[in-house]
Amino acid sequence: MSFLSGWAARGRGLFADNKGPWGSPPSGEGGPNDPTPGPWGKNAPKRPRGDGLGGGVSSLEEFLERNRRRFGGSGGGGGGGTGLVPDRSIYFWAFLGLITLWLLFTTFHRIAPEERGVVTLFGRYHATLEPGIGMTLPAPISSVQKVNVAEIRGIDVGSATEETLVLTGDQNLVDIAYRVLWSIRDPEQFLFELRTPEDTIRQVAESSMRQVVSQMSLNDVLGIRRGEIEALVRDEIQQTLERYDSGVIIRNVSIRQADPPAAVNEAFKDVTAAQQDAESEINKSNAYALQLRQLAQGEATAFDKVYEQYKLAPDVTRKRMYYETMERILRNVEKTIVETPGVTPYLPLNQIERSRAQQQRSQQGQQGTGQ
Amino acid sequence: MIDYIRANPGRSGIVGIVLLAILMSSVSIVRETQQGVVTRLGKPVRIVNSFETGEKFGERGAGLNAKIPFIENIVWIDKRVRDLDMDAQQVLSTDQRRLEVDAFARYRVVDPLRMFIAARSEDRVEQALRPILGSQLRNELGKRPFASLLSPEREGAMENIRDGLNRIAEQYGVEIVDVRIKKADLPTGAPLDSLFARMRSAREQEARSIRAEGAKRAQIIRAEADAEAAQIYAASFGRDPQFYDFYRAMQSYQTTFLGDGRGQPAPTTIIMSPDNEYLREFNGNR
Repeated sequence: MSFLSGWAARGRGLFADNKGPWGSPPSGEGGPNDPTPGPWGKNAPKRPRGDGLGGGVSSLEEFLERNRRRFGGSGGGGGGGTGLVPDRSIYFWAFLGLITLWLLFTTFHRIAPEERGVVTLFGRYHATLEPGIGMTLPAPISSVQKVNVAEIRGIDVGSATEETLVLTGDQNLVDIAYRVLWSIRDPEQFLFELRTPEDTIRQVAESSMRQVVSQMSLNDVLGIRRGEIEALVRDEIQQTLERYDSGVIIRNVSIRQADPPAAVNEAFKDVTAAQQDAESEINKSNAYALQLRQLAQGEATAFDKVYEQYKLAPDVTRKRMYYETMERILRNVEKTIVETPGVTPYLPLNQIERSRAQQQRSQQGQQGTGQ
Repeated sequence: MIDYIRANPGRSGIVGIVLLAILMSSVSIVRETQQGVVTRLGKPVRIVNSFETGEKFGERGAGLNAKIPFIENIVWIDKRVRDLDMDAQQVLSTDQRRLEVDAFARYRVVDPLRMFIAARSEDRVEQALRPILGSQLRNELGKRPFASLLSPEREGAMENIRDGLNRIAEQYGVEIVDVRIKKADLPTGAPLDSLFARMRSAREQEARSIRAEGAKRAQIIRAEADAEAAQIYAASFGRDPQFYDFYRAMQSYQTTFLGDGRGQPAPTTIIMSPDNEYLREFNGNR
């Protein structure tokens, strides 16, 4: 701050210096500079004191007081003339203050940790300020442009609401939306090399995405090779921007959405449905196969068991099985035995029907015993 | 001197302003992003801060530059890479299909003097180059079948367009850094609709083939199961076909007349002849 007080001291010195010449010969010079003698007359007794002190020490108080009085007293006195001579000092002080402030603001630059300050000296690149407080020459000579090199900026291409259709290598269309993340690697290049950096990145991104997608098939874009596409596009954008010396680094390209166009979406959904259908068809026949196999094994095993026993006593077993089966069957059905040969049996069909009805009524019970 | 100023502040102020104006107009600030053509009474005499490949910032002509006040003027020309954007162009491929191509070029003024003489401003250079970019694009891409239009980068078409454009751009002191295709779309209407129709039918075909494939595999699974079951049965029943016949007949009668417990069989009425094997003993005639 020694610098500041130095300025202040110099200002005071200047003021003191000024005061003498303007103070002493007011009436002598007269004429255009002093059309209103009234105020000056009032001031006259004061003056010697200021001169007597000589130094600039009291000049501030005096100055303030003089102004107070001037503004108070000379209201009717008249116009510009009054202002000219004595107000030189207030303008001077204001001017000095402004200069100081301006110097302060334009020579010291606070560079945040994520920033770099690019200094130009009369337009020519001079240096780049690292984070911290940097000093440069004051404003019209030097100027500083702060560039945030840590911030990751995003550019979105395409959106969920609007279709961005891109032709694929197999002449299909895909609706694609993606985001490019970039940041500034080289602040000087970024400031001086490209006229419209952001537009450039966007255009190059669109172009690179189109280029990469146009070498892939639709299924690649929709499916598994998405990650590969992102990497290829990022490299392509970076390479192109290098050619422009853009000072930009592409951090990432991420595909947010890659869908078939809305006009054909139904057909694409049907493919998914077909896959489900096929899957369920296969599942059903697998179940059938399992069931059939179990049944066959069960029946075969049952036969084997019976056959083992049958082999021990074939005749008896065979008869027993025959009678048991007949018993079970005939016990539960209507039977008519026509005994005498030559007698034509009368078939009471209506009675059969009736008995059938009866049977149906008591079916549950009969079934139970029948089994 | 100081006394004179004090004596004549008005006059000295005017003199000061004039002096300042002379000073200001004899010095100009050249920015890193600019190059300037200095003209003396309208005639270009020299160039300040002209572009050179591989230059470093702060080492060349930018900064303060002296000139003769009022007589010399500086015309500023952008030194940066600029954008030359054009409207979408319809390109007709060799197989008579249309494609709407949206391209852009990046350029830089490398010879400001020539550019100043030929066009005077960047806008006019762009106006002159835009139609040429369009026609270069149509010519170059029009030599190709539709399929290779989709990725013209692979065949060096973009380099050809850039070189062709550069030949004309040279006359303007401009260098084309790069030409790229931003978009390549089918024109809306019939071409787009037919593409959608093709995409749709391709998907339908795919869906159908997936379903058929599923049905095929399902059938194979069933058939394999049938075969396996037949094998199991044959292995077991084949040991005594006669007994199997009897055994199965018994099961079959029971299922037919009584049901197998799963569904209700129709009520059965059996009319038997006394000659029936079952009634052999019933007759008592042995």
